[in-house]
Amino acid sequence: MASSMLAALLKLMIFAFSSIVTGARAIWAPNADPLLALKAPCVFIANHRSHGDFALLWSVLPAAVRAKTRPVVGAEYWRKTWLRRFIAERVLRAVLVAREANGDARERQQRAIADMRAALDAGDALIVFPEGTRNLSDDKLLPLKSGLYFLAQLCPAVQFVPAWIDNLHRVMPKGEVIPLPLLCSVRFGGAFQLDPLQDTSQNTSLDPARDKGTFLLQMQQALLALSVPIERGDHNPADEQHTPLGAGHS
Amino acid sequence: MQQDMLQTLAASAETIIRTPGGRLAAFAFSVLLMASTIAALLRHFVARGKSHATIDNLRARIDAWWVMAALVGMSLLFGKLGVLLLFFFISLQVLREFVTLTYTRQADHLALAAVFYVFLPLQYGLIWIGWYGFSSVMIPVYGFLLAPIIAALRADTLRFLERVAVVQWAMMLAIYGLSHIPALINLKIPGYANPVLLVAFLIIVVQASDVLQYIWGKLLGRHKLAPVLSPSKTWEGLIGGVLSASALGASLWWTTPFSALQAGLFALLITVLGFFGGLIMSAIKRDFGVKDWGHMISGHGGVLDRVDSLLFSAPAFFHLVHFYYVP
Repeated sequence: MASSMLAALLKLMIFAFSSIVTGARAIWAPNADPLLALKAPCVFIANHRSHGDFALLWSVLPAAVRAKTRPVVGAEYWRKTWLRRFIAERVLRAVLVAREANGDARERQQRAIADMRAALDAGDALIVFPEGTRNLSDDKLLPLKSGLYFLAQLCPAVQFVPAWIDNLHRVMPKGEVIPLPLLCSVRFGGAFQLDPLQDTSQNTSLDPARDKGTFLLQMQQALLALSVPIERGDHNPADEQHTPLGAGHS
Repeated sequence: MQQDMLQTLAASAETIIRTPGGRLAAFAFSVLLMASTIAALLRHFVARGKSHATIDNLRARIDAWWVMAALVGMSLLFGKLGVLLLFFFISLQVLREFVTLTYTRQADHLALAAVFYVFLPLQYGLIWIGWYGFSSVMIPVYGFLLAPIIAALRADTLRFLERVAVVQWAMMLAIYGLSHIPALINLKIPGYANPVLLVAFLIIVVQASDVLQYIWGKLLGRHKLAPVLSPSKTWEGLIGGVLSASALGASLWWTTPFSALQAGLFALLITVLGFFGGLIMSAIKRDFGVKDWGHMISGHGGVLDRVDSLLFSAPAFFHLVHFYYVP
């Protein structure tokens, strides 16, 4: 009883923080459907620069979608203290996935994908940061991880909704203690699915590695397309000095 | 019994109308009522109840005006504290909108935190206690010097001057400029009992000028004034708006310590400066490639879009009134 009240209170605090301090609002592209997650299995994919990212994304979703949307987060960080564990498990109903390098990497990935699939099968939507970790570089995106490709192979019906989180990393950059009340927004784009031609389980393609690359590139392009505000050209000098794709990504 | 109540009501309404503040409120109320009526007529006869971009936007703007007028009216009713709180929050929102769109780096985080959490409350605190000597130099002197010092300590030289200028402009416009509006209430003008009305005069004239420029521009606008900076501004709009707002200012002389002619001249000054405030903020928006500073006020854009004309007119108005009327 007390713990469920605490969970509700923390939920309200996260919501209040993101809407009052950051004035968070969602901007849906003309081809994006805000209620898609109620009709089809959905995975929101977003850029990741701040610990507050999934709280912000979660708080700008329509209430009905928000109620069934769960973030996928790293188990090591979110199991470390009682409070983090409580927030992850009770407040955000997060899907916790192990990332640290103990045990077999392949087995870990399979377990993570199985957990995500179970959540999708139960009718929930997911928030995934395909960069795998926080982007602390000046590049817009880090190279994307391949986990979602394997998830898409397992559940070809999944709709991937790209979302770009703008400005939150300026509210509280890494290493700072005082948040600035700057305005944040999340831009959502049109959903896409794993192209059946890319689905190697259908045996239509001979080179699974190439198909994985194509899918990751598609995700990356969908995200980067949203990184430029719809009404303005980006003039961030940091972007002029770096390639938009992560360094070392081919 | 009921007649008694009606009589009391009528009597109190009469007393309210007798006060200058009550008359201003009644004036603002009738103007808004007229605007809403015209918009409803336009919707009925021109748009015929269908959606029509210009008329829908006009209606959204007028609806927002009702809310803004109610907010300003309420804060004026609470006197200095009300006006101070209202403009504290306007300054805060303007700062957020301005800094959100500008380019800063992590090295500026501390300087920006100082702007939000030290200079903003301090400036309004100084105005609350009426320390004119300090409030008039704190940001132009100490804020100006401190911003590059804090930034330099973080040793990031990429676009250094530009980033420092962003912090300094944010302070000067959003905090310093706007704080001159509540500061008007501190002016001790001999024989002028209620300086809150000076706030009403400034806001009404400058905002009316914006609206009148829009109306004249829509009705007669032919010759573009500054197509690069602000494509919607025309010479006809500017001249018509400034002249009619100056006439409005002259007709409101009874709310001020000025004569009708002086009130008209002050109104001319603040409307011209207000125009340049809007033009300059428009140039910055153009450079950033955005149409509006924010989204808080439907039909208008951000709060900064609504108060841009006050940013430039308020400090000049304050200092000229101080110079000529405060012994």
